[in-house]
Amino acid sequence: MSVDSQFVHKVWNDVELSKMIEAVGVPFHMASDGGGAIGTVYGVYSGAQGVDFRGRFLIDPDGVIQAMEVLSPPVGRNVDETLRQVQAYQLVRKTGGKEVTPSGWTPGGKVLNPGPDLVANVWKAWNPKDVYGKK
Amino acid sequence: MSEDKVGCTVPAAEIESSGAEIAPAEEVKKEAVRMGIMVGMKAPDFTAPAFYKGGFTTVQLSQFAGKWVALCFYPGDFTFV
Repeated sequence: MSVDSQFVHKVWNDVELSKMIEAVGVPFHMASDGGGAIGTVYGVYSGAQGVDFRGRFLIDPDGVIQAMEVLSPPVGRNVDETLRQVQAYQLVRKTGGKEVTPSGWTPGGKVLNPGPDLVANVWKAWNPKDVYGKK
Repeated sequence: MSEDKVGCTVPAAEIESSGAEIAPAEEVKKEAVRMGIMVGMKAPDFTAPAFYKGGFTTVQLSQFAGKWVALCFYPGDFTFV
């Protein structure tokens, strides 16, 4: 979603993005936010610059915003991180919150089970060295 | 959604003011403007013209109810990043 028209989206897809993506191009909707009305409601539209900043919202199956991130223009996003967050929220949703995902969680990684026994005992169940600084 | 209503003018995107039962979009919209978007809020519904798989269409956020959605804004087509 950007302030560009759907016509400009088509040309960008056809002349450039389709060269970066296998098959025919962008597989999702490229929506037009002409005038920035939608970006304004989502708090990412800059009237001064006339553009939507790099806002990313994860919306669950009930239509509720679960995660959001906004970057200024010169730094791009990390799609792997977006997918990781979706997978984490899907796990939490599937378990009804009985399993939650600690910092640095990736699919298959250690989860935590919230409850009285876990209070002040997270250090026994989870260590940052398990997930960070491994590269 | 309606397909191929391609004219010479660009239809303006619209913020929806109906549809959500739990939190009416109009109220959400006012709340969003007043206090900003927060996690835990119902995502304000909208419709917008879109390019999708070779054609022009209209996309509405609520058409994805029941699915996870990644809604991404970006500064503009042909920007480098």
